[in-house]
Amino acid sequence: MTAVRPEAVAEDFLARRSFIELSARQRAAALLDAGTFRELLGPFDRMKSPWLLEQGVVPQSDDGVVIARGRIAARDAVVAAIEGAFQGGSVGEVSSAKIAGALELALEDCLRGRPVLAVLVLESGGVRLQEANLGLAGIAEIHAAIVALRPHVPVVGVIAGMVGCFGGMSLAAALCSQLIVTRQARLAMNGPEVIEQDAGIAEMDASDRAAVWQLIGGEQRYATGLADALVEDDVDAMREAVRRALAMPAAARSTEVERFQSRLALIDPAHPPEPRALRLAWSRSTA
Amino acid sequence: MSASASNGRVWLEALTGVSAGARRAPATVVSIDAALGEERARYIAVVPDAGNRFVRARDGEVGVEEGWALARAVRDVMEADHDDSRRPIVAIVDVSSQAYGRSEELLGIHLACAAAADAYAAARLAGHPVLALLVGKAMSGAFLAHGYQANRILALDSTDVSIHAMGRQAAARVTRRSVEELEQLGERIPPMSYQVRSFAQLGLLHRLIAGVDAASPTPADLERVRGELIESVSDIRQSPRDLSLRWSNAAALHARAASIAVRQRLAEQWNAS
Repeated sequence: MTAVRPEAVAEDFLARRSFIELSARQRAAALLDAGTFRELLGPFDRMKSPWLLEQGVVPQSDDGVVIARGRIAARDAVVAAIEGAFQGGSVGEVSSAKIAGALELALEDCLRGRPVLAVLVLESGGVRLQEANLGLAGIAEIHAAIVALRPHVPVVGVIAGMVGCFGGMSLAAALCSQLIVTRQARLAMNGPEVIEQDAGIAEMDASDRAAVWQLIGGEQRYATGLADALVEDDVDAMREAVRRALAMPAAARSTEVERFQSRLALIDPAHPPEPRALRLAWSRSTA
Repeated sequence: MSASASNGRVWLEALTGVSAGARRAPATVVSIDAALGEERARYIAVVPDAGNRFVRARDGEVGVEEGWALARAVRDVMEADHDDSRRPIVAIVDVSSQAYGRSEELLGIHLACAAAADAYAAARLAGHPVLALLVGKAMSGAFLAHGYQANRILALDSTDVSIHAMGRQAAARVTRRSVEELEQLGERIPPMSYQVRSFAQLGLLHRLIAGVDAASPTPADLERVRGELIESVSDIRQSPRDLSLRWSNAAALHARAASIAVRQRLAEQWNAS
């Protein structure tokens, strides 16, 4: 791992426009106000997974999560960004503790009257299976931390792609005060491959990419009210969307029990709607 | 509508003394208010229902409707109780997995499960003592939705109880191992195990209750478990409402050394020097 100077990160991201193509570290730097990026528990702290090596997987010195403090629109902020390129963004003991720990510290500051905004850049296949129960426990702690922090400051989730956001981390996305997606993003609890294997190819053909995106893609999630903003794959657009989301009143949809229960009551599972039809039924303008 | 046998249903009925006929749809999420020591508690279980209109949630899985119904069962209690008398909530956990299906994803099962986790976490933060009692499977996303947000997790020391991030077959496929290899790995690497005793080694369990029949408890078994629940409630009422106990106990010191170190060093670096 070579040295990462914040300036170098900034120079690099300014040279390109795609947000998706950025690494987790570059994404965190791109979302923070220029020159304010400060990484916590960076690669030199060598906080690696203690579980991977004995299972034949080479660990990474940041365990695939970047925690960065800085400012967003001149306000104190912390960004937790998952690196989709390391083990599919899977979340293990160290990576989950980094995310949960950062949110817990933000809460402590909020309780002391020093609000810290939180942004989660989610790019994750879910629990890292080599760390199984500690990954799952860590994800539960991330959920707990989001719910505890959310009344104090908005917790904004970003799913850019191309990994998408699955498993326990899809619940984390759903717990956010505001959720931003791109067209390239996918958001689902069970990945298409897992459904195909469990329920058969008639239920889900994971190789049909167009069908997969129609079902769980960012545009569909936005059109059915399961995400709050749909943005282009562009650094400036993403920066802008995050700043807008952080200014929104915090009202997580995971608390809207009645609205979603009445929506589900109208669904006939024997004749489930096609994704297009659901867009009409659950359009953003209807209740 | 068949009332399939499940440890979840058995323990719900045993602890409440009430037959677990559902009061409102879906029939898979049953919540009953009954005594726990000197006070009332809300007991909630997810149970199988061969007639469930969502076919992929008929065997005790948490599907879209189950997630939202769990959230409703918890939030009803939060709304009904006042701050000085927040009743305990007991999640009786026997959940085989989240429901795997196309409709489930289309309709946002991730959000439904998040809604359940959200409700349990909010109840805990509001001051309801929230307990999870593991009497059967506590698998993956279903456990995240139903049980993992509890102040304290208790489990029966039984081979019926298993905890994991993914079912054996699927985990074997994804990690390209045989089920046997996976089991052997679990013996060596505690977080990889499906067994409740290994789970206890991780410091995530408040109590491991031995010598109790998980499938058909005797009256004495029931009294033991009830006693543990009551003791946990009073312990919770004297403790912080967060989950910090899970990484600050004797077992966690060893098994979750990394979880502790990460938090410690993050705190040291939190403010710029």
